[in-house]
Amino acid sequence: MTDPVLEVTNLSKSFGALAACKNVSLDLMPGEIHALIGPNGAGKTTLVKTIAGEIAHDAGHIRFDGELISHLDAAGRARLGLARTFQISSLAMEMSALKNVMLAVMAVSGEVFRFFRHAGSDDALLGPARACLEEVGLQNRAHTRVAELSHGERRQLEIAIALAMKPKAFLMDEPMAGMGPEGLARLSGLLRDLKETAPVLLIEHDMDVVFSLADRISVLVYGEVIATGTVEEIRANPDVQGAYLGDAA
Amino acid sequence: MSAALVFEQLLNGLQFGVMLFVMAAGLTLVFGVMGLINLAHGSLYMLGAFACAAVAAATGSFMLGLAASLAAAAIAGVLVEVLIIRHLYARDHLDQVIATFALILVFTEGTRWAFGSFPLYLTLPDALSGSVALPGGITYPLFRLLIIGVGLGIAGGLFLLVNRTRLGMRIRAGESDREMIAALGVDIGKLYTIVFALGAALAGLAGALVGSVQAVQIGMGEPVLILAFVVIVVGGIGSITGAFIGAVLVGLTDTLGRFLLPQAFGLIMDASSATSVGSALASMLIYVLMALVLVFKPTGLFGKPA
Amino acid sequence: MKRETFITLLLMALLFGAAFHGKTGDEPFIITLATKAAIFAIAGVGLNLALGYGGLVSFGHAAFFGIGGYAAGIIASAARNYAPVMTWPMEIAGSTSMPVIWLAAIVAAMITAIPIGIFSLRTGGVYFIMITLAFAQMLYYFAVSWPAYGGEDGLSFYVRNEALGLNMMDPWTYFAVCFGVLAVVLALMAVLVRSRFGLALEMARQNPQRLTASGIRPFNVRLTAFVISAMITGLAGALYADLNRFVSPSMLSWHTSGEIMVFVILGGVARLGGPVAGACLYLLLEEVLGDVTDYWQVLLGIVLLLVVLFARGGLVGLLAGRRAAHD
Repeated sequence: MTDPVLEVTNLSKSFGALAACKNVSLDLMPGEIHALIGPNGAGKTTLVKTIAGEIAHDAGHIRFDGELISHLDAAGRARLGLARTFQISSLAMEMSALKNVMLAVMAVSGEVFRFFRHAGSDDALLGPARACLEEVGLQNRAHTRVAELSHGERRQLEIAIALAMKPKAFLMDEPMAGMGPEGLARLSGLLRDLKETAPVLLIEHDMDVVFSLADRISVLVYGEVIATGTVEEIRANPDVQGAYLGDAA
Repeated sequence: MSAALVFEQLLNGLQFGVMLFVMAAGLTLVFGVMGLINLAHGSLYMLGAFACAAVAAATGSFMLGLAASLAAAAIAGVLVEVLIIRHLYARDHLDQVIATFALILVFTEGTRWAFGSFPLYLTLPDALSGSVALPGGITYPLFRLLIIGVGLGIAGGLFLLVNRTRLGMRIRAGESDREMIAALGVDIGKLYTIVFALGAALAGLAGALVGSVQAVQIGMGEPVLILAFVVIVVGGIGSITGAFIGAVLVGLTDTLGRFLLPQAFGLIMDASSATSVGSALASMLIYVLMALVLVFKPTGLFGKPA
Repeated sequence: MKRETFITLLLMALLFGAAFHGKTGDEPFIITLATKAAIFAIAGVGLNLALGYGGLVSFGHAAFFGIGGYAAGIIASAARNYAPVMTWPMEIAGSTSMPVIWLAAIVAAMITAIPIGIFSLRTGGVYFIMITLAFAQMLYYFAVSWPAYGGEDGLSFYVRNEALGLNMMDPWTYFAVCFGVLAVVLALMAVLVRSRFGLALEMARQNPQRLTASGIRPFNVRLTAFVISAMITGLAGALYADLNRFVSPSMLSWHTSGEIMVFVILGGVARLGGPVAGACLYLLLEEVLGDVTDYWQVLLGIVLLLVVLFARGGLVGLLAGRRAAHD
């Protein structure tokens, strides 16, 4: 059996008296999309932030690519190849789309503290950045300022940036948030291709998207994973129906 | 070194501290509620001192002078807020710094224009001058004791105002959620003007009180302003309690440092170099205190975590 | 050529022209004024890296300006008194060579900026403004009360330092040197902001969260920018000391920090030529308004208020228009 790329064991995180994650364990296998679902306030975003290293956890372990990463900060984890996208697009609005991607390419190269060479004409940055933009279909918008991109294009750009990091795993916090049906279809296709590059831990609200995309699903309710399984297993799971799907039905 | 001398220095430190608090309270409120960094706060301090000196000289009444310091600084505060400051709330800190720096230039040079460059001295009324005997055989100037009393009174009053009154409730709401308070139907513009004027009046009063024991002069506001910054960085920006604790800490550290460090160096070197080395290092002491606090609590002792 | 580059070159030409006019018209006062403008511009270019490109509103750059000035003053006066600069932990002799003094000023500013940066950058926003101000003020009070280098009275060294056998006491020669340093610093800055580091710095300003998520720590980028910025301002301090043949604690005062900041704002934040425009404009205002009234700073304050409230891009912003996404 292959080892998981990302393995979270008994992770807990509280804010004061409020337990946002309780003993969460889950893993991400190579080549899969593992969706994390749960009602609002279930602690999904907290879990993503904890895995990404943006907030410290209280207890438990996070293992990534065979190594314990609990002691690393967010930048350190990113450098190991944990590429994260944000629920609300987090981009440099005054920079061009291309530059946003170039920055990620540069971060991976490790050669940031170079003070003299012109970055804008550096083929080592331009080539990979253009390739990533093309992969998400933004090649024609490379020189547009992010502030002038549409909402959907910004979501695509987030993914291009994640791709540029040559990741070993994607950590995606609601990449489809606020998309119209057309954009949804395009992004779904993109995600399906993406998992060939690296597995995706996907937080998503839209159940149709999750059931069509995910290989496995974990259900988070009040900070606890109440079930993990394939789409069929989750659909059939009475606990899930009671705790979560029941509300929607 | 006698215990009485140390006690006297403690009182001096406390007096310095409470005046720093009265100064810092306005700064921290204005920042907490409006998110504005106001460099011109020191100018309001200076304005209060000059108003007090001018009115006291004209009327012969020190109390009228003090009242004038409150009124002048509050009126100047309202004017400045309405004309300039309110256009800066939505701006970034850089614009606020530059605009209020410009205000300092206007106030400082404008005051020089009106009063000339020579320092003014206030004469205390007989009832407030002189010394009192404290237990332990210490005599201490009455007016300095009064300053401590006034400072503590203002601290208590502000604490009650912020925590117990309707205005205070709005101030606290304004700190946490500006849109919410506007939605509740509070006239936020008026609230901001009141808070700014309140801070200004306190600065003006502090200027008049300190000016009475030192001198009233051009540029007296800036050193105090910077100390007040140290105070609210140490205490945590936006927190009245933090400002109080920070002010007393800074006041005591500075006063005791200037008193004790030269003596401490006197144990290991000759007297004149001990005095110069000791006082040079003492002048850096509060900044060391600030750096230490920041190492352990980057948002100050009572600041909200970032 | 890009419009902003053109404007920078134009400003440099104007500055040079003004000084040249002073030379041909035998008005050393104008040359000295232009020299001062060039030096202030260098200080502003330094601050602009932190403040404009990095979004780090340092209100304490007088610390580095003053440290650079004192480095120059101490080394030069030691050489003139045939005394060492220091004997511990190693003996360092004085010098009257400008390049040596410049290097010392840059290194001194760097050594000062590293701890100040480390402490100040732990925080952000308004804390950063106040803390940089407070640290500069700490050095100011130290300079005032430390008697070895003149204390409050400052330190004089009578004759300008030397380089290349030139007569530095000739105003035109010294202007040419300062103008040359300004040109080099501007060229370096133009390269720096377009380099990889410049890209990282821009992201640190616009979106530190994204920078972190890409695997780069904003702190490291900011600290580097802060220190380079301090080194440039320190160099300006050394040049200023040589201009006046005198250093005093006022170089370290908060008022100086405010002035350097004003150069940047008047000229245009995060614009290459901004500090050049700002420094020239500031000195021009000082001259013109100073003729109107002794209390010219009241008028300067009003001008500044108008710029902040109504002309936010500064002079270069007015000339070059809104910035496009630059690729």
